[in-house]
Amino acid sequence: MSTPLLSLAIWVPIIGALAVFAVGSERRAAARWLALNVALAGLAVTLPLLTNFDSAFVGFQFVEQLPWIPRFNIQYLLGVDGISVLFLVLNSFITVIVVLAGWEVIEEKTAQYMGAFLMMSGLMNGIFASLDGVLFYVFFEASLIPMYIIIGVWGGPNRVYAAFKFFLYTLLGSLLMLVSLIYLFLESGGSFNLIDWYMLKLGMKPQILLFLAFLVAFAVKVPMWPVHTWLPDAHVEAPTGGSVVLAAIMLKLGAYGFLRFSMPIAPDASHTLAPLMIGLSLIAVIYIGFVALVQADMKKLIAYSSISHMGFVTLGFFIFNQLGVEGALVQMISHGFISAAMFLCVGVMYDRMHSRMIADYGGVVNTMPKFAAFFLLFSMANSGLPATSGFVGEFMVVLGAIKANFWVGFAAATTLILGAAYTLWMYKRVAFGAVANHHVKELTDINNREFLILALLALCVLGMGIYPFPFTDVMHASVDNLLKHVAVSKL
Amino acid sequence: MKSLYLIIPLAPLFGAIVAGLFGKAIGRAGAHWVTILGVTVSLVCSVLVFQDVMAGNTFNGAVYTWLESGGLKMEIGFLIDQLTAVMLIVVTFVSLMVHIYTIGYMAEDPGYQRFFAYISLFTFSMLMLVMSNNFVQLFFGWEAVGLVSYLLIGFWYTRPTAIYANLKAFLVNRVGDFGFLLGIGLVAAYAGSLDYATVFGKSKELAAMTEAVTGWPLITAICIGLFIGAMGKSAQFPLHVWLPDSMEGPTPISALIHAATMVTAGIFMVSRMSPLFELSEAALSFVIVIGAITALFMALIAIVQTDIKRVVAYSTLSQLGYMTVALGASAYSVAIFHLMTHAFFKAVLFLGAGSVIIAMHHEQDMRRMGGLRKYMPITYLTVLIGAIANAGLPPFAGFFSKDSIIEAVALSHIPGAGFAYLAILAGVFVGGFYSFRLVFFAFHGEERFRQPAPEAHGHAAHDDHAAHDAHAHDDHAAHDDHGHHGPVEPHESPKVVTVPLILLAIPAVCAGWLIGPMLYGGWFGDAIFIAPEHHGMAHMKEEFHGVVAMVLHGLTSIPFWLAVSGAATAYFLYIVRPELPAVIKQKLAFPAMILEKKYGFDEFNEWFFAGGARGLGRGLWKGGDQTIIDGVMVNGSAKAVGWFAGVVRLFQSGHIYQYAFSMIIGVFVLLTLWFNRA
Repeated sequence: MSTPLLSLAIWVPIIGALAVFAVGSERRAAARWLALNVALAGLAVTLPLLTNFDSAFVGFQFVEQLPWIPRFNIQYLLGVDGISVLFLVLNSFITVIVVLAGWEVIEEKTAQYMGAFLMMSGLMNGIFASLDGVLFYVFFEASLIPMYIIIGVWGGPNRVYAAFKFFLYTLLGSLLMLVSLIYLFLESGGSFNLIDWYMLKLGMKPQILLFLAFLVAFAVKVPMWPVHTWLPDAHVEAPTGGSVVLAAIMLKLGAYGFLRFSMPIAPDASHTLAPLMIGLSLIAVIYIGFVALVQADMKKLIAYSSISHMGFVTLGFFIFNQLGVEGALVQMISHGFISAAMFLCVGVMYDRMHSRMIADYGGVVNTMPKFAAFFLLFSMANSGLPATSGFVGEFMVVLGAIKANFWVGFAAATTLILGAAYTLWMYKRVAFGAVANHHVKELTDINNREFLILALLALCVLGMGIYPFPFTDVMHASVDNLLKHVAVSKL
Repeated sequence: MKSLYLIIPLAPLFGAIVAGLFGKAIGRAGAHWVTILGVTVSLVCSVLVFQDVMAGNTFNGAVYTWLESGGLKMEIGFLIDQLTAVMLIVVTFVSLMVHIYTIGYMAEDPGYQRFFAYISLFTFSMLMLVMSNNFVQLFFGWEAVGLVSYLLIGFWYTRPTAIYANLKAFLVNRVGDFGFLLGIGLVAAYAGSLDYATVFGKSKELAAMTEAVTGWPLITAICIGLFIGAMGKSAQFPLHVWLPDSMEGPTPISALIHAATMVTAGIFMVSRMSPLFELSEAALSFVIVIGAITALFMALIAIVQTDIKRVVAYSTLSQLGYMTVALGASAYSVAIFHLMTHAFFKAVLFLGAGSVIIAMHHEQDMRRMGGLRKYMPITYLTVLIGAIANAGLPPFAGFFSKDSIIEAVALSHIPGAGFAYLAILAGVFVGGFYSFRLVFFAFHGEERFRQPAPEAHGHAAHDDHAAHDAHAHDDHAAHDDHGHHGPVEPHESPKVVTVPLILLAIPAVCAGWLIGPMLYGGWFGDAIFIAPEHHGMAHMKEEFHGVVAMVLHGLTSIPFWLAVSGAATAYFLYIVRPELPAVIKQKLAFPAMILEKKYGFDEFNEWFFAGGARGLGRGLWKGGDQTIIDGVMVNGSAKAVGWFAGVVRLFQSGHIYQYAFSMIIGVFVLLTLWFNRA
């Protein structure tokens, strides 16, 4: 048997996390270094997934299959396709970034902090790699716990409200998913295997109900309008690393769920309910774009901007063409880089000024020119400037949307104006201008560690913007297969 | 040859990266040498490519595949034909002149290296735009020049007016790009390709289609979408509002970006798309009307401006309107010809204005100038040349291109051409007036710079000056020794400033003489397509009998006399009776106010769009998110659960007598119901 790469991707960070806990926070330096090594090892084991990935192959690769709970035919079934493989790598990469970002900043309970992130990293790899319904559910729910703790322990003053809101919102959503999983288990004659479910014939009514149940679970995670209000609160209270993982990876879980569950299991319902999905997505793009414009708190602004950008993802899925779906996937990865970078930028300033309010800043470029250059690059990427990754996905989705329906494309393209307006207006008020106050005057520019983090993300953002070909190349076969599958009625 | 094509954009990019990332290490001189070298290499290669293209060697090929999805292959690639070759020469030549000029203009600025990095980056972006063989790269270049424009308008980032202007420029351009993107999207959806050659090959099919959802004629929808993009970038009414404010940037970029090159991207793009535009009468009508409005009404604003740069800025808007009108009249080659002559004479005017601004220690108000010609003879002469060319007087460059535009519009049968003809004729008079007003106001007459500063500036420019003072004092300590706007002794600018001026003034005189080959010699070959029913250009070709004949004929034509009378009016008002303008302004207070308010667009946009968007955002946030979703649904359900629990708790008091009492009541109720059953 070949190396169980997916198991490694899941368990290296989790076991590493236990080791970091064991080191304890009394030995901060040791805990940090161990955490960094674990994160790097976690990244190292996911890289072969990319290099050995056969992009021409349709179906799942690196499959591992073991019985887990034979009584209910629940399996430890792992596998990735062109849709999921990139997210394992992205997740492991972001984990390295998060460990570096918390390096000197987290002074209390350092080992627990680092361990929680490693734990979450492994669990989220599990979500992207699971091909068994129960296994997916377990990882999906388990990943809530470390995030709940991260917000609740290392968060801001209102962290308890935010943590509860986050937890209850997402938990309520996923309970309906559990019901659906059990229903599918019964309908399929006792299987939790996703591939069996894909082949399962279902009537229109059960499809609609299943779709709606999954929708509640995934819509909360994405988050889609109107179940999005937990996200700004969670972001505002979360520590920088928490925001980074939340925005870069956790939001992708819901969107991923649509592709992995809703669309292939209930294709007819997906088509029938597509207008609803497109409508909600466009509301997210436009409504939330306007809301982002008037935010006074940078983290809230970026949180709303995330919701708006995720609107593009769900929009891309439900226009059912290759440009749309691949554009949405590209947008998910790109948003992973850009939102992470934006939250890190706010974190860099917050560490120095202990304020997230735009009004407390002004003229940061005078005292932090290097930082301001990075911040501008990421702001431009957030506004979808060509040659940054932010452009690629939006461009593809808009093209796909115009192909599907001109007015949908028209509405989606307004992000060109709105996205630039809220991002650059914030940048103007924070970075440009004369030095606003003595706090800004005393700012010191980024240190080498911060430079390294931002430079890594800048390379990703630019690289993906200048040459996105390899990213979509990985996806083609799987997306094509998915679209073909969704086009066939199950009635 | 292919490597030569690659060198053209990459040489300035290299310069930009070196100067941008290693500016500190290489120092000031290093920064200007590396970028100037890059642009020079680019210019030399452009000349070689130009010769090659004129010998008949065009090129269309990909460099690499950027993306492939849904059967749509998007490539980065070059199309090198006559149209591209002309643009390459214009862009690299003006860019080189501006690079050299910058050495003098920005000599005291702490952001020296950054500035060179930006203008080289701009050159790279612009070259990628004009060399593109597909819509994706076009959009790349399109947005990239917008980015650099944003960076450069806000170059002096501590000035509130500058960072207001750059955000405004970016957002207004994004409004145009919105249309542009939709146009590109329709092309992709219906032609199934974003490659120029493939799309143009299908233009006839596209013209026969209607858009499936909206029912619009497809080709018209595509062209109007694309043209909205051009309206943003080339500052056409009503998206022109960003260009005057862009003058907040340093003068070299006003010349390079906001006069000679970037703002002409829209003109270039529409010419490039001639195989599409030619098939839509409605789109051409739209183009000619928008262009005509811009040409006349922006020229009128130039009359009342007193800031020397803003006069040139409004003149640029008006001239861009002329180019757009030419596009609408299917005279694409004329538009490109005017684009070229304008690039030279407008760069002269801007750089000349910059030279004056240096001499006046960053004073831009012409009311504080006057009589400068004897102090700055070279600047004076070059500005005069620029002004004559701008007014369209023979035999200077502007005459040939402007006259050809008027001729082409007169021959056009597109709906709206009649209006456009009247508008641009009127614009000729106005153009003659404001061009010479600038010359007489700044360089002739009384030496007003010796007078103490007037108490009330009484003009919008006042704010700009306040910003200039702040700028000079706060962060540019080097300027302080020049003192305030008190009496100053103007002096001619250094050679790095005057030499580019002279080098640009030469084509501002002579470039028009290329009219024969460029318009009527089949120069553009297949690069421009004109539908057979639009025969204006063919007609003009028959009428053309050489440069001299055109000049002689020009002397008896209406436009010439309109321009001359405009100039004469300026002479009368600013030299003969300099007290008159104030009197006229008083008599015509209302029209003057409208012009000084620039028709109120800024106020309207600020109130309706900016204010409206903020109001809507606040409404959705407070009303939608906080009140309805969080207040009613989320916290509301939490409260409902709490209330329900509170009620239920009353029944679980733990007192046995309450339970017993409830039970007895219950039994009574049930028994009553049972006995009374029907």
